[in-house]
Amino acid sequence: MNESGAAIEAHGLTRRFGAVVAVDHAELSIPRGRIYGFLGPNGSGKSTTLRMLCGLITPTSGTIRVLGLDIPRQAEALRTLMGYMTQRFSLWEDLSARENLEFMASVYTLEPGHAAQRIGAAVEEYHLAEFFERPAGTLSGGQKQRLALAAATLHQPSLLLLDEPTSAVDPQSRRDFWESLFALTARGTTILVSTHYMDEAERCHALAILDRGRIVANGAPKQLMADLPLQVIEIETEDTVGARAALHGLDSLRSLAQLGLRLHALLAQDVADPVACIESLLAGRGVKARVRRAEASLEDVFVGATLPRAGQEH
Amino acid sequence: MLPAPLRRMRAIAVKELRQMSRDKLTLAMVVGIPLLQMAIFGYGINYDVRHVRAGVVDLANTQASRSLIADIASSQVVDFIARPAGADELRRLIVSGEIHAGLYIPPDFERRRIDATRPVAQVIIDGTRPGVDTAVRAITEAPLPGRTGFKRRASPAIEVLTEFNPERRTAVQVVPALIGVILSMTMVIFTAIALVRERERGNLELLITTPVRSIELMVGKLLPYIGVGLIQTTLVLVAGVVLFDVPINGSLLDLYLGAGLFIAATLGLGLVISTIAATQFQAMQLGFFTLLPSILLSGFAFPFEGSPRVVQYIAQVLPLTHFVEILRGVILRGATLGALWLPVLKLAVFLVLAVALAAVRFHKRLD
Ligand SMILES: Nc1ncnc2c1ncn2[C@@H]1O[C@H](COP(=O)(O)OP(=O)(O)OP(=O)(O)O)[C@@H](O)[C@H]1O
Ligand SMILES: [Mg+2]
Repeated sequence: MNESGAAIEAHGLTRRFGAVVAVDHAELSIPRGRIYGFLGPNGSGKSTTLRMLCGLITPTSGTIRVLGLDIPRQAEALRTLMGYMTQRFSLWEDLSARENLEFMASVYTLEPGHAAQRIGAAVEEYHLAEFFERPAGTLSGGQKQRLALAAATLHQPSLLLLDEPTSAVDPQSRRDFWESLFALTARGTTILVSTHYMDEAERCHALAILDRGRIVANGAPKQLMADLPLQVIEIETEDTVGARAALHGLDSLRSLAQLGLRLHALLAQDVADPVACIESLLAGRGVKARVRRAEASLEDVFVGATLPRAGQEH
Repeated sequence: MLPAPLRRMRAIAVKELRQMSRDKLTLAMVVGIPLLQMAIFGYGINYDVRHVRAGVVDLANTQASRSLIADIASSQVVDFIARPAGADELRRLIVSGEIHAGLYIPPDFERRRIDATRPVAQVIIDGTRPGVDTAVRAITEAPLPGRTGFKRRASPAIEVLTEFNPERRTAVQVVPALIGVILSMTMVIFTAIALVRERERGNLELLITTPVRSIELMVGKLLPYIGVGLIQTTLVLVAGVVLFDVPINGSLLDLYLGAGLFIAATLGLGLVISTIAATQFQAMQLGFFTLLPSILLSGFAFPFEGSPRVVQYIAQVLPLTHFVEILRGVILRGATLGALWLPVLKLAVFLVLAVALAAVRFHKRLD
């Protein structure tokens, strides 16, 4: 295995379910020791891609190399090197937290002494003590998620695939969870995590934005924001209805979102002075407003990347 | 330290046992199904007709007529509970349903005994009740030892002798085979559900990303249920001996070895079903789908010697057919497994094929 190469490489990765193209010619190159994110709306193909990467689903076409192994052909060799946290809680709800971890330890054939030590460390690290003897089915969303992460990392995998791990978890637990992920990468683990939360995506070292099966943008969050080929304008006004009406016919307007008394507009780059342009449109309608440029956020990148494709053709 | 495959298998088996011990309903079924089945098939369904309420009219009242009545009564097929005065009253009792059969001995009984052309007595049977006719007709035809003075007319050419079940009790025929039926019923469905449940609850998606191999998963899941099956076998056996006086003529070791083989074969069938069914409900349906032909065609309740050839071929594919053969052989006829090598071999072939098919069909993949 070449230590310097990418943890995951995929070319032309495609998966069809009948007429649905769940993943459409995805190109992936995911570096080792980093947190890589998949950001995408429901049904964009995040789970399907993760499942193909760990050999659970056969691709319709394309090639995959994970940790130097040819997937799905060498999927069995990948098992001990990889941990996988499914989107839905998939430990046994009628077994206690302890029994679940013991079972996973023996399935990965950890030596009894080593298993006890790993489970002890997991209890410490993920704060499992308070519910260790309770059936997993009775745990809260955050507790289940900590238990699932503990189970996926017992055998110290060098690659961790996490499918929407924080979807049922409050913001504080989410922060704690991400602390754990960074601790894992500090020890050299490569992490691939799917999400539809912007704040989570922003924490990743790099990410791919998925839309209807296609990777529509990828790179480091900062880079993606800097490279956004759109201009971000904020309009503050009491008369949001009037302002919306004034902007209605504007050809270069790509997206308009309202946050309280602010309108957040994305404009194509061909508009030379967007602030002046919008101010004159508003003045023409007699709408009083403060118009200014703003920094692009990851959400702007996401919106820009997932705009209807027809809108990008100018 | 055990080798890795055995350790993973043991992990699966231990997990399965733990889950079983938390599922109160399943535990109840382990005991409940055998007992309910025993009650239904042992007591509820009974082809033996006994203690038919009957009346007798004896107008001759001689030594010979009294001996004939005592003779018929001793068969216990009929109980003479009424002594009406004449033929008319006897008929009335039958019409009203108070008795279901009557014996009428005419006043000229002694003269008829000498006259071979005329019947000595008449038996009246209520033809509206199933089973009564055959049973009562049979005793009037049987050459009972006390029936002196009829030698000239009625001694049958062939003596009927029923071995291993001289009283021809249905329970003796049904209860041993019932072990097989009960095991088919619980084992197929238990295993089918055990795997399908994991698919439904999403556990399988996790399990197949671990190093567990298909065959380890299959065997690990089978092992705990073999134990459950042997417990059920014991339950039915004890109930059969205590409640129905079923004799155990063969060796218990042979019996349990045969049962273990059949349980494994049935569990294998359950595993195959579990690779086909997508939901627990489908698994149940498929389980019952295989159960029905097993019960009807295995020779458990209905003799299959008279069935069409195609049906007999189907019966050969069913593991229950061979196990019923083994059960009746060991329990009733005292046969050894060596003597029963053919059904044993057929069961073993079924087991190997079923587990292999399940392991092949069960890919460690979701699609
Ligand atoms: N087994 C399947 N059979 C048929 N279609 C499927 C199957 N699995 C996924 N799909 C389809 O493929 C597309 C992508 O699904 P996928 O589950 O990968 O999306 P996702 O990004 O994980 O969505 P979510 O955020 O809701 O989890 C969807 O249109 C889905 O309906
Ligand atoms: Mg998903």
